[in-house]
Amino acid sequence: MSKPIVATTSLAGCFGCHMSVLDIDDRILELIELVEFNKSPIDDIKKFSKKCDIGLIEGGCCNSENIHVLKDFRENCRILVSVGECAIMGGLPAMRNGIAIQECLEEAYVNGPTVVSNEEVIFPNDPELPMLLDRVYPCHEIVKIDYFLPGCPPRADLIWEALVALVTGDEMKLPYEVVKFD
Amino acid sequence: MKTGVQKIVEKYGKDKTRLMDILIDVQSEFGFIPREITVQIADDLGMSEVDVDQTISFYHFFSQRPTGKYHIFLNNSAVAYMMGRKEVADTFTKELGINFNEVTPDGLVGLFETSCIGMNDQEPAAIINNRIFTKLTPFRAKEIVRDIKEGKDIDDMIVADYGDGENRSDLIKSVVTNNIRKIGPILERNHKPGQAIEKISKMTPEQVIDEVKRSNIRGRGGAGFPTGMKWEFCRNAPGEKKYIFCNADEGEPGTFKDRVVLTERARLLFEGMVIAGYAVGATEGILYIRHEYKYLQTYLESILKAARDVNYLGKNILGKKGFNFDIRIQFGAGAYVCGEESALIESAEGKRGEPRDRPPFPVEKGYLDMPTVVNNVETLCAVVKVILNGGEWYKSFGTTESTGTKLLSISGDCKFPGVYEVEWGFSINDILDMVGAHNEEVQAVQVGGPSGAIIASNEFNRILGYEDLATGGSLIIIGKNRDILTDIVLNFTEFFIEESCGSCSTCRIIPTLLKNKLVKILNARGVKQDIDDMVEWGKILKASRCGLGQTAANPILSSIKNFRPLYEEKIQKNKVFDSGFDMNAAVKESCEVTGRVPNI
Ligand SMILES: Cc1cc2nc3c(=O)[nH]c(=O)nc-3n(C[C@H](O)[C@H](O)[C@H](O)COP(=O)(O)O)c2cc1C
Ligand code: SF4
Ligand code: SF4
Ligand code: FES
Repeated sequence: MSKPIVATTSLAGCFGCHMSVLDIDDRILELIELVEFNKSPIDDIKKFSKKCDIGLIEGGCCNSENIHVLKDFRENCRILVSVGECAIMGGLPAMRNGIAIQECLEEAYVNGPTVVSNEEVIFPNDPELPMLLDRVYPCHEIVKIDYFLPGCPPRADLIWEALVALVTGDEMKLPYEVVKFD
Repeated sequence: MKTGVQKIVEKYGKDKTRLMDILIDVQSEFGFIPREITVQIADDLGMSEVDVDQTISFYHFFSQRPTGKYHIFLNNSAVAYMMGRKEVADTFTKELGINFNEVTPDGLVGLFETSCIGMNDQEPAAIINNRIFTKLTPFRAKEIVRDIKEGKDIDDMIVADYGDGENRSDLIKSVVTNNIRKIGPILERNHKPGQAIEKISKMTPEQVIDEVKRSNIRGRGGAGFPTGMKWEFCRNAPGEKKYIFCNADEGEPGTFKDRVVLTERARLLFEGMVIAGYAVGATEGILYIRHEYKYLQTYLESILKAARDVNYLGKNILGKKGFNFDIRIQFGAGAYVCGEESALIESAEGKRGEPRDRPPFPVEKGYLDMPTVVNNVETLCAVVKVILNGGEWYKSFGTTESTGTKLLSISGDCKFPGVYEVEWGFSINDILDMVGAHNEEVQAVQVGGPSGAIIASNEFNRILGYEDLATGGSLIIIGKNRDILTDIVLNFTEFFIEESCGSCSTCRIIPTLLKNKLVKILNARGVKQDIDDMVEWGKILKASRCGLGQTAANPILSSIKNFRPLYEEKIQKNKVFDSGFDMNAAVKESCEVTGRVPNI
């Protein structure tokens, strides 16, 4: 039987969740035995080359590009998992929700402490650039998400256990230490 | 400004538990509560600035920015919309050139929304500078704006004749009408004030409690707790001082009977408070009234004074040594949740109206941590009649489980909206007949306000009473031409979102999620899962601390239960999932700001 195929992506996230995947330490060798990776920053495959079984999503959606990628994942993955607070609730990037876009852009490109000078008040507007969304959306408000792994980032053990459970079909072990957040 | 504030603070004895009164006076004198005043109040009362801020920011009628020389608060209840509120609102915004929640650049007029103001029998209604304006029309709105621009005095802006009864009295002078449509043993006209006080002065407090218990009367504020038992608990609770609160917060949309009692039977109510005080051993009573009824203040105070003059209030009442009781009026400042008894107490102590954890219950630890009885206006009025005529007499009205009569506030699509005193046990059909609503023109009846249930015609034979349809008395009749989901369910859900105190995460979050689902269904993006989700998520609200959160899903849950086809006809049959996300709408703002053409 061929190995289950996993794809991962980071949308509006900090890559911390991906770091946490790597944090499974030597189990990464087991992981490679267990699954094959397709589109993912881990192997740098940029486009889906086949249908996948599991898609791990880090980050919520802050721009149009995120939406396209997420929808692409939904189309190509049998099971989608929201990994981490950003994917589940918008996380830190969602701090901008409730602040007008104009104000956000002014802070970033006009008034921010690292802006050298932008007297003409130019905001990036190349048609190639993704368009900002009115707010940062959690992934399940865009597409159907099958599972949620909480944490910021979720602990390596939680990600590992979840992956193994998904691949083997066994029940997931969820000891208290893995899901407590204080 | 400084001395003005000082005077106000001193008027209330520099007592921080009277912060509400202080802020109400400041708000009315300056039109808002500027930062410097907040600082000064905090200093004078020995409080931190944030503590004062907490109270200010909690209440709808306190503002930290100017609200205009004239401030218009237009009611946004469901019935107001049914009666043409939208056209009135549009006229105001057009004529004033501002949106809601804005003040005209010259500082003359502020326009605001407000939750139900207890005038559902005469909508659309607004409060302008503490005066009530009822039955507004676009024409009337234009007139009002014109008068404002001419700088007319608010009292000169009233063109309609004053309402009926005491509304015409010099101390009220309001266009509000009572609309009393049916009088029973509680509302009857011939009550002689003081009779019951004379009677109890010859009884022991225990005898008074026994009589009330014998009547089986239960609280009329909604929860239906047996009144005699409540009084007994309070009497037996240890505490140096005890308090009687009359709950006249009346914030449940569709309820307005307490307004009418306060206007026409205030003496009866005060007598009931004296009886409660005597029975539990309290010497102080507080009538907590919603700010929306501030127009009754002078009148009510004059009645209290008259009662003191004849010694129905005060020391050694009717010559009985040690029978001391007096009443003060406490106004709220716009918050539905303050009708919840422990929030009411918090508010009367000058704080945010946030419900307390229970136990301990107010009868053990209430106002200023002392044993406290909180009773509804109507309960306290009924008790007077129980004392005069006996518990057995009272039981001759109503049903076995629900004794006595109930004041109903009836509004919506009917000929005769108003207050009806009926015995418990009337069916909805009886009521529709009584109020001039033809059964075949009625689509639904909302029983008990937003926190109650919406029922369909197949249940119109159900009866009002604790054994079947328990209600605080609000009945909203919904005609065939109404869109229940938009006109009623959405409006009520928004009401709960607006009025949540924000303490419990359930109540703070779930109603918004439910609303989003509902809007999605209304926008034809819903799927069956959305209905199922609403039912499941609604259940979680039961874990909330107070009745507000616990009932906040009721508009949605009861309409799904009784009007499910309305939901089903709007959902997509060919899809199992649709998030409802709309990319065009989502990128609109950023494209406008950056000057881009959306390319999707
Ligand atoms: C959100 C909320 C609002 C309430 N509003 C009122 C009110 O406006 N008037 C009232 O008498 N009771 C109201 N109640 C019920 C009170 O908590 C309390 O049960 C009642 O005042 C007790 O008086 P009773 O025993 O005479 O009914 C409300 C309860 C909740 C949870
Ligand atoms: S959940 Fe935390 S770790 Fe993961 S992307 Fe968001 S901020 Fe980074
Ligand atoms: S249920 Fe709602 S209103 Fe009641 S205490 Fe909780 S947050 Fe406040
Ligand atoms: S859930 Fe946000 S701080 Fe605990």
